[in-house]
Amino acid sequence: METFEPVIVAFCCHYCAYTAADMAGTMRLDYPANVKIVRVPCSGKVDPIHMMKALELGADGVLVAGCLEGDCHFKTGNVKAARRVTYVQTQLEEIGVEPQRLAMVTMSAGMGTRFAAIANEFTEQIRKLGPNPVAAARKAQAAPAPVAQVN
Amino acid sequence: MITAERKPLAEIIDYIDNCRRILLVGCNECVTVCAAGGRKEVAMLASAMQMDFMKRGKTVDIREMTLERQCEPEYVEELAPFIDQADAVVSMACGCGVQEVVRRFRGKRVYPAVNTSFMGAAERPGVWAERCHGCGNCLLGLTGGICPIARCSKRLMNGPCGGSSKGKCEVSTEIDCVWQLIWDRLKELGIEDRYEEIILAKDWRTERGGGPRKIVREDLAQ
Ligand code: SF4
Ligand code: SF4
Repeated sequence: METFEPVIVAFCCHYCAYTAADMAGTMRLDYPANVKIVRVPCSGKVDPIHMMKALELGADGVLVAGCLEGDCHFKTGNVKAARRVTYVQTQLEEIGVEPQRLAMVTMSAGMGTRFAAIANEFTEQIRKLGPNPVAAARKAQAAPAPVAQVN
Repeated sequence: MITAERKPLAEIIDYIDNCRRILLVGCNECVTVCAAGGRKEVAMLASAMQMDFMKRGKTVDIREMTLERQCEPEYVEELAPFIDQADAVVSMACGCGVQEVVRRFRGKRVYPAVNTSFMGAAERPGVWAERCHGCGNCLLGLTGGICPIARCSKRLMNGPCGGSSKGKCEVSTEIDCVWQLIWDRLKELGIEDRYEEIILAKDWRTERGGGPRKIVREDLAQ
């Protein structure tokens, strides 16, 4: 049986997690190549639709990574992001997709080690959950063209 | 504004489970402001529906459209070029918007995706509260600008009732007794004498007692 390599999308705030990821690299720490980083100006910039779309289009797990509480460059973006993550988790539950596929994490720009540890842990957690059921079904259907369209 | 909340996904899916092509229509007015059925909520619901179908090995085409106002024929007309390509319309507008789509496209199945709730105001971001029942004969001039019909659990014209306690309504400690609010406000304005005047029994014919209502402005009507 081929081993399952999850695809993880990590929305990383420019002021903390993105720099922390960079630092993890400079420190030559290992973290799985499964984690695809999307740099955002603030975790509060990540809209629920971004989290949904990532999962709809095949990610097995999604991380929203913002600053430690009280440290947000824009004051409360990280708090709002955390609430949105909780909201999207309720939506996922409604569709029967495991809410644990989505998580909010916080760190400071200097926490390269924490970033690497989280990347490892989350990848493991998703590996245990198995493939995103939506992506799996999409593959099985030989991927019909995306049909959702915005006016 | 008119407030609404999205229906549980299972209920929406139940309506359209045998459809393959869905026209999902939001509205840019009230339901956008109360975050129930604007462009963003349309995108969220489309994504959730898409995932739900895919998970069950089914496919669905969803066209997302958000109209300026779904309760006006001029805007509803914008759906015409796309209506034939849809097995059903799912509307995220209030009940008025849903019914405008129904009135225009007789042969099409149209389903609601939100529960339309009440006419209210935003108390703070993310919190909406009931303010007016549209009784057709506004009393606010007599009650210090605070509505006893929409905001008193018993719709009392001359309150409070004996259940008012420490400023809260007997129905729940979460609800302010509106007659306390009215009294406080009259005092604040120095017109508490007003409170002594009995408000006469209300003629409910202007509300729903006279059947469905209509406003006709002769100078504008065509
Ligand atoms: S008195 Fe009637 S019209 Fe005025 S706010 Fe109350 S319900 Fe609305
Ligand atoms: S306690 Fe106040 S708001 Fe509640 S029913 Fe009585 S008068 Fe109305």
